[in-house]
Amino acid sequence: MGKPVIATASLAGCFGCHMSLLDIDERILKLVELVEFNKSPIDDIKEFTKPVDIGLIEGGCCNSENVHVLRDFRKNCKVLVSVGECAIMGGLPALRNGIPLKECLEEAYLNSPTIAPEDRLIPNDEDLPIILDKVYPCHEIVKIDAFLPGCPPSADLIWEALTALIEGRPLHLTYDLVKFD
Amino acid sequence: MTEIRFTIDGRACLAKPGQTIVEAAKANGVYIPVLCHYEGLKPAGSCRICTVRVAGRYMAACTQPVTEGMAVENTAPDLEDMRKSLIEMLFAEGNHLCPSCEKSGNCELQALAYRYRMMVPRFPYLWPVRTVEAGTPLVMLDRNRCVQCLRCVRGVRARDGRKIFASVRRGARVAIEIDRKLAARLSEEEARRAMDICPVGAILRKGTGFAKPIGKRRFDRTPIGADIEKGIGR
Repeated sequence: MGKPVIATASLAGCFGCHMSLLDIDERILKLVELVEFNKSPIDDIKEFTKPVDIGLIEGGCCNSENVHVLRDFRKNCKVLVSVGECAIMGGLPALRNGIPLKECLEEAYLNSPTIAPEDRLIPNDEDLPIILDKVYPCHEIVKIDAFLPGCPPSADLIWEALTALIEGRPLHLTYDLVKFD
Repeated sequence: MTEIRFTIDGRACLAKPGQTIVEAAKANGVYIPVLCHYEGLKPAGSCRICTVRVAGRYMAACTQPVTEGMAVENTAPDLEDMRKSLIEMLFAEGNHLCPSCEKSGNCELQALAYRYRMMVPRFPYLWPVRTVEAGTPLVMLDRNRCVQCLRCVRGVRARDGRKIFASVRRGARVAIEIDRKLAARLSEEEARRAMDICPVGAILRKGTGFAKPIGKRRFDRTPIGADIEKGIGR
């Protein structure tokens, strides 16, 4: 049997969870031995080229492209893991959930003090993804198999979860590892 | 004074007459999780995190006095799951954005979620629209994080005894209101106590924030209730 295949994606997030994954320091050399990466910003593979064992999703869904990427991951990954607060509960992007979308767009593109009067325009190019009414956590869009909380989850938490999944052993999370901030 | 004999999960315990189950459990080194309960305040029994089972009946351990021979069930798996579901419900029905909250690391709701290993609430987020009241000099009231424990209503008073916080409206529209005039007269220390009495980050002391670094906050290293279980709280 070949190495387990891993894919990752960042939706409406800040890439902090990916940075935390890279924060495993020298264990990254062991990770390279343990797994093969497929679609991921880490190796810049844009499309799935084979079935994937573990998908790691960072960020929630704030637009139609996020939903498309997430559904594509669900289709191609045996196990799908929500990584971080944004994927689990919308995180900081979800601060806009109490504000009507029209108001958000007007504040950002029409009324912001840093916009020159001649540039006041709400972007509406057909190539742009449609913004959703709210930022949604991933498990409200597709079925998610595991959740790793934190903003970002610590490198140790990601390492423990990843190696447990790869080795097929139960997850052992000490109190220090599970934090929401 | 006659002591009352009772058991918690089969373990023999002693209580003083008039002690509630939560108080007596604490005195015997047993932690029963609480959120709306605060030492020194009249118990309200509003959050029900402390729900225990006695003779097949569910009761709030913070309001129920211990009686002779009482057999309290505290850690039965179904009880623990019910408590966990209450914590999850509180997370889903407010806007608890832990990474941007000043109380993170010192928040009792968050600490309970850590203790009960909540990875994600089992309920859909409601994203309620709530207001923030920042019109007083020393404290800020962020209703997004309020869990309606009423600890501020019961415990924060002006020097003449008048209440500074009150609960207004009912049902899904229930909210905490602040008396701006009285709150404007709070001293530095009273403002600090108001923040401490709030289990979550709904009442914050203005002008300071994130005072302790990550790793040194109240629940960073030790779970809520660990002090009671180690006998320190006795």
